[in-house]
Amino acid sequence: MADTFKPPEDFTIRLRRYDPESGEAPYWDEHTITLEPHRSVLEGILQARARFDGSIGIRCSCRAAICGSCGVRINGEPGLACHTHLDEARASGANGAIEVEPMGNMPVIKDLIVDMDAVHWKKVQRVTPWLIAKQPVPEREYLASHDSMVDVTQTMACIQCGACVSDCLAMEVDPGFIGPAALAKAYRFVGDPRDDAHDIRLRDLAEDPQGIYDCTHCFKCVEACPKDVNPMGQIMRLRRIAGSDFGIVDKNNGERHEAAFTTLVKDNGLLWEAELLPRSYGGNSWFGKLHPSAAKELLSSLPAILKALMRGKVTPMGALRPHKIPKSDLDRVRAIYDRIEGREERYELNLYVSGYDEEEPPAAAPAGAVAQEAAPSAPDGAGTGVEP
Amino acid sequence: MKVAYWPGCVSRGFTPELHGSMARIAPLLDIELVELDRACCTGAGVIAEHNQELADTLNARTFALAQQVQGAEMMMNICSTCQGAQSECQQRLDANAEYRAHVNTTLAGEGLTYEKGLTNKNFLWLLVEEMGLQELRSRVKRPLTNLKVGPFYGCYIVRPRERLGIDEERPRDHYLHSVIEALGGTVIEYAGMRKCCGFPIITMNKEASLKQAGRHLGDAVDADADCLVTPCPLCHLNLDLQQPLAERAVGRQLEMPVLHLPQLVGLALGLDPKELGLSRHVVRPTSVIDWSTSVVGAAA
Repeated sequence: MADTFKPPEDFTIRLRRYDPESGEAPYWDEHTITLEPHRSVLEGILQARARFDGSIGIRCSCRAAICGSCGVRINGEPGLACHTHLDEARASGANGAIEVEPMGNMPVIKDLIVDMDAVHWKKVQRVTPWLIAKQPVPEREYLASHDSMVDVTQTMACIQCGACVSDCLAMEVDPGFIGPAALAKAYRFVGDPRDDAHDIRLRDLAEDPQGIYDCTHCFKCVEACPKDVNPMGQIMRLRRIAGSDFGIVDKNNGERHEAAFTTLVKDNGLLWEAELLPRSYGGNSWFGKLHPSAAKELLSSLPAILKALMRGKVTPMGALRPHKIPKSDLDRVRAIYDRIEGREERYELNLYVSGYDEEEPPAAAPAGAVAQEAAPSAPDGAGTGVEP
Repeated sequence: MKVAYWPGCVSRGFTPELHGSMARIAPLLDIELVELDRACCTGAGVIAEHNQELADTLNARTFALAQQVQGAEMMMNICSTCQGAQSECQQRLDANAEYRAHVNTTLAGEGLTYEKGLTNKNFLWLLVEEMGLQELRSRVKRPLTNLKVGPFYGCYIVRPRERLGIDEERPRDHYLHSVIEALGGTVIEYAGMRKCCGFPIITMNKEASLKQAGRHLGDAVDADADCLVTPCPLCHLNLDLQQPLAERAVGRQLEMPVLHLPQLVGLALGLDPKELGLSRHVVRPTSVIDWSTSVVGAAA
């Protein structure tokens, strides 16, 4: 135990200060605080406020990573101030200082306090965040499968801290995007077998130009979330259910793009980019490119297309003819498609429900490199890093 | 070293200069490429969005083909998006024996089996982890002296960190920086270097997509970069091919050349810019950079 105790140390914290009502520009405010290294960044900020400047604005409550009040950016990364140790923050900071800024994508009320009402809560309200119960309501409880409820607990773990909203790259250029937190909340009801409005919810979110198809798939929210809610993963599931289960063909080209992509890989084994674009706009067949909306799109892209042709980057023949894998392999790929798409129900492995069943911790499993290093390579050099 | 090489689709379609430049530099780095020409598209996350089991099975087939390549030390790709899509499928396949067996049942038809634990590295990772920066530095014939290069990573190769095996020991989200430096260039940091290029929503919300590309390119211009370098051909499409449209979206002139990683490496290895396909970009690096003065070195 003795070596786990660490005496208080000095830490430099730089706080981004701003008071919109003052008319002054934002500025950095630096303080040296003294605390044990395992204490939180929030405690550091509170000490600075108590000792040096009572006007520092920070919102907090539970100090135990469950109320979601103290979302900030620490050294540029979103997180909970109460859930980040001072020594870790110092290690990730530049020049040994810990930089704390208000969250992004939301207006600053004062210093580290952002206006959650104006952005985050408005978006959550947008997705009808309550259960619309199936009728008639049973006399006793609703029956739902264990797995389906474990599945939705992932989105229920959200503490509404706004870290994912802060980091959302789609929202950065399109502030109207419904965003990761609210869409994860939407999945919480679409994934709930007791909810009666799946179809209406999905149609609404697919047709909204700033709905499920406005996500750029950047994984920022996945990284930002302190509770492993995986908002982007939930958005992808909303897309999958909307397109595949409810057959919703939205006006944003979301479903058409997905269908065209999937079909072109089935037809050729490889992606045929020149054909994907018009089909995404005009419909998933050879005739898609003749559709007026595809023609309009091609016209608007003409400056880029012409330049590419001029430079020899894309040749007319290369664009008009797909590149394909050999016929015998294409047949195999198509057989895989037929078998899997022919299933009565989609088969999906949900790692949140199933967990990792084997010896490695999750971090070691995916990259494979660790597995390769752990296993002596075969003397003849055969194989590709596979355990013998 | 010998690798089972997955070039991806776009490197053989709209960015042929990527596949071409990789083929040129491989012998200079003693990398033997055994192309997986029977494998199909990774699905780029889009097929997984449609049907997860389908994406997992198609990629398991590719992994199984890679594992059959005699003498290959690992699988290598040259596309961040391929890396991300493949890593996602591999994570599920490696996590659950029952699921892996289920997927392998589908592959059994052609006598293929995916065995857990494939090593699959993007060329960027391979350069740093297998070859090593010291070795790379020693092979440089024409250092990129005074060339100010902005790294553009692409989302799929930096997030999520855990799935991609990024940690303190393997700071893969910093490797482009290291490679630029090893080649003798100067790293230019700018706000958008690990942000999204916008490509995934180009057909769904074109305005937002082009704004993303335009904003990052503009940030790089403001930071005084001569060019960007990316390990992702899809980022390249939005940053280079679409740059004329991105300029309109953000209302400013950009003229920012974007190089594929193998092209940048190739330049430092002494290859001719034309040979590396640099004249085929929409924003011609050859017209922006004076190679005779910017890229100088003993062998030049």
